[in-house]
Amino acid sequence: MTLAMVPFMLTFLLLVAGLYAIVAKRNLIKVIVGILVLNCGANVMLVLTGYRDPPAGEAPVAPILTGGAAQADELARTAVDPLPQALILTSIVIGLSVTALVVSLGVRLYEKYGTFDTNRMRNLKG
Amino acid sequence: MPLLVVIPLAGGFLMPLVDRLTGRRRSAAAFPILLTAAVLVLSVWLLLAADEPLTYWVGGWDFPIGISMVADGLSRLMVVVVATVSLMALVFSIDYMARFTSPGLYYTLFLLMVAGMNGVVLSGDLFNMYVFIEVACIASYALVAFGTESDELEASFKYLVLGTVASTFLLVGIALVYNVTGHLNWAKVGEVIQSAGEPTLPLYVAAAFFLMGFGLKAAMVPFHAWLPDAHPSAPAPISAMLSGVLIKAAGVYTLARLVFSVFDGDPALGWILVTLGVLSMVVGVLMAVGQWDFKRLLAYHSISQMGYVMLAFGAAAVMQARDLSPTVVGLAVFGGLFHLANHAVFKSLLFLCSGSVEYATGTRQLKELGGIGGRMPVTGACLRVAALSISGVPPLNGFWSKLIIVLALVLGGFYVLAAVTVFVSFMTLLSFAKVQRYVLGGEPSEHVAAAREVPAAMCLASVLLAVLCFASSLMAVETMRTVRGRVLTPASEAVTAGAAAGRQGRLITVERERPATPRQPEDVDATAPGGRDSHRERRKHLAAGLGRRVRTSDTETRRAPANGTVGPETHRAGLAAVHGEEAP
Repeated sequence: MTLAMVPFMLTFLLLVAGLYAIVAKRNLIKVIVGILVLNCGANVMLVLTGYRDPPAGEAPVAPILTGGAAQADELARTAVDPLPQALILTSIVIGLSVTALVVSLGVRLYEKYGTFDTNRMRNLKG
Repeated sequence: MPLLVVIPLAGGFLMPLVDRLTGRRRSAAAFPILLTAAVLVLSVWLLLAADEPLTYWVGGWDFPIGISMVADGLSRLMVVVVATVSLMALVFSIDYMARFTSPGLYYTLFLLMVAGMNGVVLSGDLFNMYVFIEVACIASYALVAFGTESDELEASFKYLVLGTVASTFLLVGIALVYNVTGHLNWAKVGEVIQSAGEPTLPLYVAAAFFLMGFGLKAAMVPFHAWLPDAHPSAPAPISAMLSGVLIKAAGVYTLARLVFSVFDGDPALGWILVTLGVLSMVVGVLMAVGQWDFKRLLAYHSISQMGYVMLAFGAAAVMQARDLSPTVVGLAVFGGLFHLANHAVFKSLLFLCSGSVEYATGTRQLKELGGIGGRMPVTGACLRVAALSISGVPPLNGFWSKLIIVLALVLGGFYVLAAVTVFVSFMTLLSFAKVQRYVLGGEPSEHVAAAREVPAAMCLASVLLAVLCFASSLMAVETMRTVRGRVLTPASEAVTAGAAAGRQGRLITVERERPATPRQPEDVDATAPGGRDSHRERRKHLAAGLGRRVRTSDTETRRAPANGTVGPETHRAGLAAVHGEEAP
C-alpha cells in the first residue's frame, strides 16, 4: 500500500462509520447523523478521484483556463480535475434535500411517539 | 425527447399555482392528467417514430462537454410503461385522493416522480442517472409518508434511510468508475472497460457498490426489508406507481444497463443476478403466502416477480459468456423485458383494485373482506383478471412472459432454475387463490355489506389496465407480430447489443465521432429474427399440445419449408444443438 492510498482508506473508514451508525444505533437522530456521515464520505471520495499530484517542484494549479484553448492540454495534465467538484455540488444539494426530509420525518415521529427510540416504534425494530 | 422530462418537471412546479387558481377544487386534477397524457402521446410517438437510437445533447454541447440523453429501444419501452401506469394512477387518484388533505401537493410530488423516472431511463450518463434517481426517490419518500399517520411515517423513514444508503453506494460506485475510466457516459465507460480486457479490482469494487445500490432500489431479497412496509403504506395509486414502475426504473432497468452495456455481460455478475433473482422469487413468494394484509401480500409479490426479471437477465449474461446461440440469449432477455412490462400492468392494476376495495370497505385485512365480487362487480372482475394474470394463467399476459422465461432457461440448460421458476409460479397461483377466496368469494362480511361500487373514474382506470392485460398478451400472439417487433424486440436488442461486439445501442453516441465503425454488426442482426423464429416454433409446438390453433402469419408461410417440421423433433433438435455447442 502506497502513501497515496491512505486518503482512500480513510474515506472508506468514514463510509463504514456512517453505515455502522445507521445499522446499529437505536436513536433516530443518531441514524440521521449516520446518513450525513455516509453522504460526506461519498463526497470526499468524489473529491479524491479528481485530485492530481502537481508535477515535481511546482505549485498545484487551480483548474481555471486563463490562457485560452492553447493552454487546455497542459492544464488538463497538471491541474486537478474540475468535473468531480461540479458533481459534488449537485450531490451536496441532493444531500441537503434528503436531510431536510428525514429531519422533518423525525420530528413528526417524535410528535407521534414522544421519543426518538426506535425500539418503542412498531415497525422500525430490526 | 427532452420534453418527456421537461413537461412533468415544469408541471410539478406549476402545480401548486394551478391548485391555488382553481381554488383547491377537484378540477385541479385535470392539469396533471393532461400533462401525463401528453407525455404518454409523446412517448408512444417516440416509440413508433424511428428505429435508430436517438441522442439529444443538452444545451447543444457536443460529446466531451455536453450531457446526453439517449433513447434506444430499451429506454423507449420503459418510457411508455412509465407513462401508461402514471396516467392510470392519476385517473384513479381523482376520487381516491379526495379523502386526503391538500391533493395539490400530492400531484406536485407525483409529477416530480414521473419526471425523475423518465430522466432515469433517458439519461445517457451515470451521474445524471443518479440525480434523476434521487429526484424520483425523494418524491416517493414524501409520497409514502403522505398519510402522516405513524405507520406511514415509520415506513417512509425506513424507506428513506435505506434508499439514501443505496444512493450513497451508487455515488461511491460512480466515483470509482470515473476514477478508473475517466468517463461518465454509459457508452464511453463501457467502451473503456471492454477494451481494457479483464476488469481490474477497483472495477469489481465499483460493481459491488452498484449491485448493492441498485439491489436496494430494486428490493432484491437480501435488501428487500423496506418494500413490504413502504409500498402498502402509500396511498393506493402511489403503491401502484412504486411497485409498478419505480422499482423497475430505478433498480432493474439500471442494473440491466450496467451489467450489459458497461460490464459486457460479465458472467460473474450474471451469476450474482441469477442468485439475487432466485432468492427474491422464492423468499418473496413464500412470505406472500402467509400474509393477511392485502397490500402487503401484493408488495411481497412485487419482490418475487422482479426476481423473475433479474433471473432472466442474469441467465442471459451467463449464457452469453458460455457462447450459447444468440437466439437463446435474446429469448431470455426478451422474456425478462416482456415480464417487466407485464408486471407493470398487472401489479399496478392489483394495487388499484386493492385501493378500490379499501376505499369502499375501509379495511384491507383479507379476513374481514368477502363477497366483493357481488357487491362491486367491476372491481371484482378487474381483480380477477389481474390475479389470474400474475399467477400465469393462459391466455393472460403473465402466462406468456413466464413461458418465454422458462423456455429460455430450459434451452440454456438451466433445468433446476426452470423448475424453480415453475414452482414459484405455482406458489403465486396458490397465494392468489387465497385472495380470490377471501376477497371475491364467500358471503359479504359486515365491512362489505355497506360497500358500493367505487366512482366511475376509479373503475375506468382499473378497466383500462385490465384491457391492457389482454392486449399485451395478444402481443405475444402471432397476429400481433408487427407490434411486438416494433416494441419489445428493439428493447431486447438494445440490451444484448450493448454487450455484443459491435454494441449498436448506446454506443451510437460515441460512434458519431468515428464514422468508420460499422453500425450494424451481423451478430446483432442475427439475434432478433432468430429469437423470434425459435420461440414462435416452440410456442406453436406448445400451443398444439394445448389443443389450440395458432394462426399462421404471412411471414411464416413464406418460410414454410423451414418450419415444416415444427414439433417435438425441432424442439429436440434445438436442444441438441444447444448442447452440442456446449459440449466441446
